[in-house]
Amino acid sequence: MKTTTKGILIVALILAIVPFVSPNSYYTDLAIRMAINAVIVLGLNLLIGFAGQISLGHAGFLGIGAYASAVLPTHFGWHPLLAMGAGALATGILAALVARPIFKLKGHYLAMATLGLGIIINIALRNEAQWTGGPDGMPVPAMGLFGFELSSDKQWYWVVAALLVISVWASLNLIDSPFGRALRALHGSEVASQVVGVDVARYKVIVFVMSAMFASLMGSVTAHYIGFVSPNFADFFHSIELVTMVVVGGMASVFGSLVGAVLLTALPQALATFEGWETVVFGAILMGFMIFLPKGIVPTLAAKFGKGE
Amino acid sequence: MLAQFLQFLFSGVTVGATYALAALGFTLIYNASNVINFAQGEFIMLGGMLAVFFTAAGLPLPVALALAILVPAVVGVLVEKLAIEPVKGAETVTLIIITIGASLVIRGLIQVWLGKGTFSLPAFSGDEPIQILGATLLPQSLWVLGVTAIVVVALWYFFNRTLTGKAMLATSFNRTAAELVGINTSWVLFMSFAMSAALGALGGILVTPITLTSYDVGIMLGLKGFVAAVVGGLGNGLGAVLGGLLVGVLEAMGAGYISSAYKDAIPFVLILFILFFMPRGLFGGKSTDRV
Amino acid sequence: MSMLEVKDLSIHFGGVKAVQNVTFNIDSGIVYSVIGPNGAGKTTLFNLITGVYKPTTGEIKLDGEAIHGKSPNELARRGVARTFQNLQICMNMSAIENVMVGAHLRLDRNLFKAALRFPTLRKRDAELREEAAELMRFVGLEKYIETRADAMSYGALKRLEISRALAMKPRLIFLDEPAAGLNPKETIEVDHLVRKIADSGVTVVLVEHDMKMVMNLSDRILVLDYGKKLAEGTGEEVRKNPDVIAAYLGAHA
Repeated sequence: MKTTTKGILIVALILAIVPFVSPNSYYTDLAIRMAINAVIVLGLNLLIGFAGQISLGHAGFLGIGAYASAVLPTHFGWHPLLAMGAGALATGILAALVARPIFKLKGHYLAMATLGLGIIINIALRNEAQWTGGPDGMPVPAMGLFGFELSSDKQWYWVVAALLVISVWASLNLIDSPFGRALRALHGSEVASQVVGVDVARYKVIVFVMSAMFASLMGSVTAHYIGFVSPNFADFFHSIELVTMVVVGGMASVFGSLVGAVLLTALPQALATFEGWETVVFGAILMGFMIFLPKGIVPTLAAKFGKGE
Repeated sequence: MLAQFLQFLFSGVTVGATYALAALGFTLIYNASNVINFAQGEFIMLGGMLAVFFTAAGLPLPVALALAILVPAVVGVLVEKLAIEPVKGAETVTLIIITIGASLVIRGLIQVWLGKGTFSLPAFSGDEPIQILGATLLPQSLWVLGVTAIVVVALWYFFNRTLTGKAMLATSFNRTAAELVGINTSWVLFMSFAMSAALGALGGILVTPITLTSYDVGIMLGLKGFVAAVVGGLGNGLGAVLGGLLVGVLEAMGAGYISSAYKDAIPFVLILFILFFMPRGLFGGKSTDRV
Repeated sequence: MSMLEVKDLSIHFGGVKAVQNVTFNIDSGIVYSVIGPNGAGKTTLFNLITGVYKPTTGEIKLDGEAIHGKSPNELARRGVARTFQNLQICMNMSAIENVMVGAHLRLDRNLFKAALRFPTLRKRDAELREEAAELMRFVGLEKYIETRADAMSYGALKRLEISRALAMKPRLIFLDEPAAGLNPKETIEVDHLVRKIADSGVTVVLVEHDMKMVMNLSDRILVLDYGKKLAEGTGEEVRKNPDVIAAYLGAHA
């Protein structure tokens, strides 16, 4: 059996076991959050790890999705699924508008533009209080699927777990395809990819839009699951948390994305007793990994045990 | 009408001078190493916070201010030695992430040490506003503008008239060639970080009596400094100064005439606009990649 | 009609005129070499024709169609391939994947079909892998098929670039110093390889410093000096040209 197939089965197996060994709802809740982050990080890793680009504003996209799911059903009576789709679509359009001119430039500008975009989204969410509830946030109506309302943690768990398995499968398929090869190639050498016919700017835009839409969709899921949104969903620190997950788990590693999401979702819980030190720890982790373990956990281990992904 | 306009202009130019100093810091490091130091804003924060701390500790103002510039400069050097040197030649994305990590560590440590409060510093020469055509100008604004002007002139002199400065400039044009003629480029990198941290800190100190400071002001100030550097054409010193003033003035005008709630969004709207239509900045040159 | 027509081509970088008013034609099916001292503008000429740089003035026609100013990926669609003097290998991929990227335009690049693992797409990819392995054997890299690119020697990477370019199934291939930095044995192998490529019907344009290889392989030769065309003709004609002897061979003798 191929390593990747084994990987998917192991992920599915773990996800199937977790609810039965989870001692209480606290851990189920944590597992749901981990899985949600894992899906977002998979999308972000396609952008950062595979294509070699960066986004420092991904939480902004997440925020658009989350608030679309809060605002559209509350104020306009939209169906939650429709709202979710609208949020993702709006995110995609916004991402494409920003990306098209900026991807012709180099890394710093992209970092800057995504950061700026994230900040603008956050400021808008805080200021448009009549729609968004301002800094206090607002409640989100429940998600209904075909007349059946998602409410208990258990139900949410299975939904999110299924989403995660599908995302892992799709990501693995994607990177091992002509599309994915072109993405990795433009990371390796832009000029070489261009001369074999890869439209580099177009591929960068596509992967950026795709990962932004992933984030938006999962923002909607998070909003419905928690039942509440606040501008913190979309703040700069959250964007950095997501990038940290990519870096820690391993750039250009699908299973690394999962490991990164699991570890760093658990970390703030573990650090809760050290009030105030979270920022320092996150910063130190980012620097430490980039300096001493730049490939991240999973690729480093894979290299050590002689297995590719 | 005019009074109101002048009022916005004064506050814009004052805060713009701080952005200009931060932008010069970005420019120095970018020229020396092609690194965008996302921790630049934290030096601004460090300058203000340390000035507050040292004066509160009872040190005389000049000593407190000198220390508030010196300590960030040392921190800047530490960042360079511990985080940038070990990954020489890494990808842009890697370097961006590292400097972001550094900024989180600095901010977090200050938050743990000095708390989340907002602090102020007494103005250097009183709070008696000066009346000009109906608008008021704080004496501290004159300090900000005066010191910034002196710094800009001093930097110009340094880079154009001293051997050390010319060596740094040469390195930014061509590292290999600079090494061949015997310039110690790793020392140049060291100097760039020290100087840009000191510049940031200086800006942070000067503006604190007007805008107040807290552990988390660095990120926004730093980002605006970066916007200023890009507006001026990344790597262009004079452009950075003009960019800083422009960003400051536009922000103040936008806040005054359009919406104060969206004040912080204005520089980013500006940068997106500039990147769309003038990707090399207002004062940037052309470049071609060699393959 | 010639396959490639270059007329009055110039590019200026600031005040530097790297290529000045260069005119030449390349007929289909030949090996055409560009020689000249270092800094003569050979690589710049390649960059101009393959769309990496945009010419300041002048025109380039491929099969009668103007192609100057078109981007490299548009030229790739028209069957123009190239290698680089300074290697441009994707070190984050395996050797065979580098070759497979070369076939980018011949594949179904649909994102959704890829994510959903459409059988047709998988089947085509499996076939391509075979094809790429075959190409690697053609250039003499049979030992490296599953190797990571960053674990390969310089000489092997040079050939990996050639096999990637061949994976495009080009009609016209630009080889920028394929033998630079290789030992004499490897150079002879590359010499044979270029001959094999030409024999397979691909028009070859070669920049090379190894004169023996150039004289041995080329049907026609263009000599550049300081960005200007110094001479053009068969090996024999170029060798006897007094300007060439003075400016180029003379300087190196």
